[in-house]
Parts: sequence; structure tokens; C-alpha cells
Amino acid sequence: MSKISLIIKREYTTRVMKPSFILLTFLTPVLIAGMIMLPLFLAQIEDDTVNNIVVIDQTGMYREVFEGNEKYAFEYSDQPIETYREQEDKSFAAILLITADLSVNPSAATLYSDQQVGVDLKSFVAGQLDAFVEEQKLAALNIPDFKKIADEIKSDVDVKTVRWGKDGEEKMGSAELAIIIGMIAAFVIYMFIVVYGAQVMSGVVQEKTSRIVEVIISSVKPFELMMGKIVGIAMVGLTQFALWVILTLIIVSSLTAVFGTSVDMDSYQQVQGMNMTATALPVSEEGVMPELLTALANFNFVETGILFVVYFLGGYLLYASLFAAVGSAVDNETDTQQFSLPLTLPIIFAVYAAIYSAENPDGPLAFWCSMIPFTSPIVMMVRLPFGVDFWQIALSIGILILSFLGSTWVAAKIYRTGILMYGKKVTWKEMIKWVTYKEKS
Amino acid sequence: MNHLEVKEVVKQYSGHLALDRVSLDIPENSVYGLLGPNGAGKTTLIRIINCITAPDSGEVFLNGKRLTPQAVQRIGYLPEERGLYKKMKVGEQALYLAQLKGMTKNDALKALKFWFEKFEIQAWWNKKVEELSKGMAQKVQFVTTILHKPDLLIFDEPFSGFDPVNTDLLKREILSLKDQGATIIFSTHNMASVEELCDTISLIDHSRIVLQGNVEDIRAAHATGTYRIVTRTPIQPAGVEILDTRDRTRLVEYTVKAKPGQTNNELLTQVASLSEVVVFEELLPSMNDIFIDVVTSSNRQS
Repeated sequence: MSKISLIIKREYTTRVMKPSFILLTFLTPVLIAGMIMLPLFLAQIEDDTVNNIVVIDQTGMYREVFEGNEKYAFEYSDQPIETYREQEDKSFAAILLITADLSVNPSAATLYSDQQVGVDLKSFVAGQLDAFVEEQKLAALNIPDFKKIADEIKSDVDVKTVRWGKDGEEKMGSAELAIIIGMIAAFVIYMFIVVYGAQVMSGVVQEKTSRIVEVIISSVKPFELMMGKIVGIAMVGLTQFALWVILTLIIVSSLTAVFGTSVDMDSYQQVQGMNMTATALPVSEEGVMPELLTALANFNFVETGILFVVYFLGGYLLYASLFAAVGSAVDNETDTQQFSLPLTLPIIFAVYAAIYSAENPDGPLAFWCSMIPFTSPIVMMVRLPFGVDFWQIALSIGILILSFLGSTWVAAKIYRTGILMYGKKVTWKEMIKWVTYKEKS
Repeated sequence: MNHLEVKEVVKQYSGHLALDRVSLDIPENSVYGLLGPNGAGKTTLIRIINCITAPDSGEVFLNGKRLTPQAVQRIGYLPEERGLYKKMKVGEQALYLAQLKGMTKNDALKALKFWFEKFEIQAWWNKKVEELSKGMAQKVQFVTTILHKPDLLIFDEPFSGFDPVNTDLLKREILSLKDQGATIIFSTHNMASVEELCDTISLIDHSRIVLQGNVEDIRAAHATGTYRIVTRTPIQPAGVEILDTRDRTRLVEYTVKAKPGQTNNELLTQVASLSEVVVFEELLPSMNDIFIDVVTSSNRQS
């Protein structure tokens, strides 16, 4: 076995065998699956207790207004509110007191309860009153068939997006889907660069502070040691990611198999509509779900998957080599702070650039940030699902490859000098000197 | 034949000369001491021999050939600052380091078994290094250093951190390695162990070699002409300075300084003509005295 593969093997096995790695690797899919399945599951559990709402209508105008549903039932009462207030065993969820004509005084309705009244009930009651009052006002205008006209005026436009492929074929696309896939991919790359880059750095620092490096450097070249560590940790990252994907799929599909019969798409849509308005998923409208599924089916997962791995490795190698250089230059873990900041800043900037690029995937910010190697792995991931010209992808990957070759070269130089330098506060100026410092060998 | 030759090696660190034209000839199958105060340049020299850093000028020859990184495989190196992966198990780690030195897994396992049994440390195999005491970890590291049977061994301060029992064990191991044909370089501050183990030494101070040669030769060369003489009756040798007199039962013990240029035999004849000589011993300076003497005088010069 060659030496570099020995080093890779050690870096890989010691990390993969760690309890923390195993725990994180196996728990995360459970969490992800849980996040997917829990809303589905909860949607099935209907709250079948019916809450009584007592309506005390002092105006007498709103007798026939309220219609109950499976959650709330209305009953009307003429007793004064005090009798309910002092009631020992309360047989109602809330009291609705209406003291005046709501079309004149819109704040004349009040809900009383011994608990804070939920938004759900409040909007349920207000919605019914609104509709009634609106109708009353319209009726007062005396326009014949107005209600019918008003219904016809109502509109709900759903703009479909279609992406033309290279040969002009139509592809049912979905901007929302593109954003979601892009953001997930970008976030995963971001996370892996930060987490595993930091692991490379602390690994180097530990080797240096424990002084084992001197023994190892006498049997292998510094470059082999550095690359072995970087590659070994990259493989740990890929293993973890692959396990996450596989395990999540297994858990989700087996859970749907178990609960599948009772999980209907309707409840899924409702829940999604409630929870995911932030991601702008167009659900709860008829026909949107199939559309999304078509878009999903049309999505080029192979291409995106390959590019994901390319950008993931490129971005990781670029940053990891620089993190290794920083780790070699300092004497202990606390000193890494000041040097790693200039490295983490561009990563964080890339995330912001990615978020803005999702809104305008072909704008100048998106373009330039997907060319600059420090941001391209993250930003390009967001742009890819929207379709990016081939030359742009090629150029961006080309720049990325050249950059990580360059950064590895620079890092190896710093590493070689830094790893054996003890008890000296290192400055940026000095690190640059190490790069240009020529060593005969 | 010389196992290792260092020729006119110069190493400069930013604004500081670490080694100034240092040359060494290390004979095969000997124990060579590399002495010097802290910061004299010993570790730099050892790193150059290990190809960890390269000299600015000068050359190193191993078995008469220019030193290459491949040849370093045949060197076993125990650095002064010991280090092992703290979170790794002792056995795994020893195996890993042995494989890095080019041993196959099977050979390494066999050799490790032998040494772990010899040092009676088999029970540590599955322990993490962080669970071991400093001395225990040193022992493990010693084993990993000699495991691949290198012909050249470099020990940087091998005895620091060891209790007397283990120091003794280590000394015996070092001498038995020499008996098996290895050449050993070791750097130390422990002068008593130098007298005990080393055949030849180099004393480095301020980046330069200030003293070099066979240990006995050096001690003889630094002889101050001081003798311990025990006689039956009190004596008063002419021209000889008596430094100390001690009366013992029916004997008298003197510490004397001979006349300048007087040989041992001349002094002995002179004393023997005065009384019966029971003990006559030239007091050679210890390596410790020589070390202090040479280093302080070279400090005064610079």
C-alpha cells in the first residue's frame, strides 16, 4: 500500500469509526424523514372534539350568520354574559358578544374565554362576520345580481413556466422547484465546506501540537501528509452525504409504505400549504401538484447530480487546502480564529449571493459569483436548475480547477514550513514569505 | 567506514544562522553523542539528517552516497518532542507508523508482538494514547522508532521523562542495538549517560562545532593534571601542589596538581620515592565539567 493511501485510510477510518460521526450520520436521516413525515402524520390526526361557541347577540342581527364546522359549533343565548362568567363548570370554549351593528361599529364583537383565544377561532369568526357584513353592505347598494357579478370578477391566475430545451422541446419547469433544489444543493455544499474544512484545519493543528508530525514527516513528504488528510476527509464527507441520502430515502419510503394507504395527497397539500408558504410552493390549488410532479420528473437529476459532486469536490479542495495551510501556521486551536476568518467570510458571502441569485439567476451578481472560485461552488448550484449555458459551466469549472490546483500548491508551501515551526506568532506577511521561500531538496 | 558524513552544512533561518559549516563523521556501529546547550542547532542538524529540512549548503552522505529521502527509510528517529495521536489506540497507531516506514502489515504485527512482549506492554495494545502516562507513551514511541530495524537510529533526548528503571532498560536496549550492528546518534543533556554510552561526540554551541572526538580522548585532552594519591605515610613532593589532604586510618589521601609538563610516570616515581603508593589515579574531568567549561568559554569569546 502506498503511503498516501495509508494516510487516507487512517484519516478515513478514525473519523468514520468515531461515535459522533456514526450518531450524526444515522440520526440526521431520521430527523429529515421526521420533518417530511411528521406533517403528513399530524394531518391524519383530526381533532374530533367540537368546541362550543356561545353567541350572545345583543343586536339580534346575527342570529343566522354562523355556520359551524367539524371543530366549532355555535349556540345562541340571550342570557347576560355574567351568568357564563361565573359558571363553575364551563361547557363552552368561548363566548362571542356582539354589542352593536358591525357595519357601523366594526369593533363591537368580542370573544371571551378563560384561555387565550387562538388565531384559528378568531379568524374563523371574523371571516364569517366579514362575509355577512360585506353582503349586507352590497345588498344596501341595490344592484341586481351583484353577487353573481362579483363572483365572476374574482380571479386566480396561475402562471405556468415552461423551459425550452436546446432542441426547442418544451419542458414543464417550475421556478419554485428550481429554487428549492438549488438552495438545498447550495446549502449542502456550504455546510460540507465549513464542517469538513474545519476538520482539516483542526486535524492539522492537532498533528502539529501533538508533535507527531515530526515522526511522520521523517517517513512521508509534507505534501503527501496534507493531501492524504484532505482526501481522507473528503471521503468521509461523501460517505456521510451518501448515507444521508440513502437512509432518508429508505426511511421515507418505508414509512409511506406503512402509513401510505391513509396518507392522501389532499392532506399533504393542505399541510404543505400551511407550513411551506415561505418557500412559495404553489399548492392547495387544483392541478398544481401534478404540475410540480411533472416538473420534478422533467428535472435533470443526473446532470445536476454530477455537477453537484464536481462543485462539491472543487469547492472543498479549494477551501480545505487553505484551511490546512492555516492549521499548519498556528500553534494551537485558538489561534486559528484570526486566520480562518478571511476564509469563512467568502463562504458566508457566497450564501448571500446564492440567495439573491435565486431571484435573478442570470443577473450580473449571479454570473460573476458563479465564476469566482471562492463563491462559484455555492452560487452555481442555485443557478443550475434554472439552466445555465454550457460555456459558463465549463468556464466556471475550469477556473475552479485551476484555483484549487493553485491553492493546493500555495498551501503545500505554507504547510511544509509551518508544520515544523513552533513557538512563533505567524503573520500573513510571513506566510506569504513561506510561499516564495525556495527550498532545495 | 563512516556510516554518516555531514559536510560543511549551513542552514540559515530568517536572520538567524542555525548551523555554521558543521561537519561530522559518524563511524559505523558506534554510539555518537550530539551535545550542546538548548538552541545550539542540534535539532536542526537532526532534521537535516532526516531530510525534514534541507540545508542551504553542504551535503550529507549515508553509507558514502548522497542522502536521498528514500534512504531516510532506513533511519529510525525519535524526536525530542514526543508525539502520538492521542485519540488513536496504541496498537493501531504503532502499526500505522510502521507501515508508513515501509513495513508490510504482517511484518509489522510480528515485530510489534515481539517488542510489546519484551517491554511487557501487551496490555496497552487497545488503550488510547491519551490514557497512557507520559513515560508509557515514550516507551511506545521508542518501540515504533526501532521497529523497522533501521541501521541508523537517531534519539533526541531519549531519557527525558523516564524513571530510573526504564532509563536503565532503555540504555540496555540502545547498547544491544549497537551490538546488533546499528549506528546510533543521540542528543542529550545527560552527561553521565554520554560517558556511559557514547564512543564519539560532537559538542555544538552557537551553531558551530566547538568540540569533537572520542570521549576518552577528549577527557584526556582536558585533563588538568589532577591526581588522587593514597600513600602509607605523609609526603611532601617538591613542586607539586597539594589541593586537599585527608587522613585515613594508617593511610593519607591527597588530591594534588602535578608540575606543569609532568607525566603520570614522572609524578608516580616522584611520589613512590617518598612513600609506598597505595592508590594512584589521574582525575579526568567528567563530560559534565568539560561541557560547562567549553560552553562558558565559547560564550565568553563571542
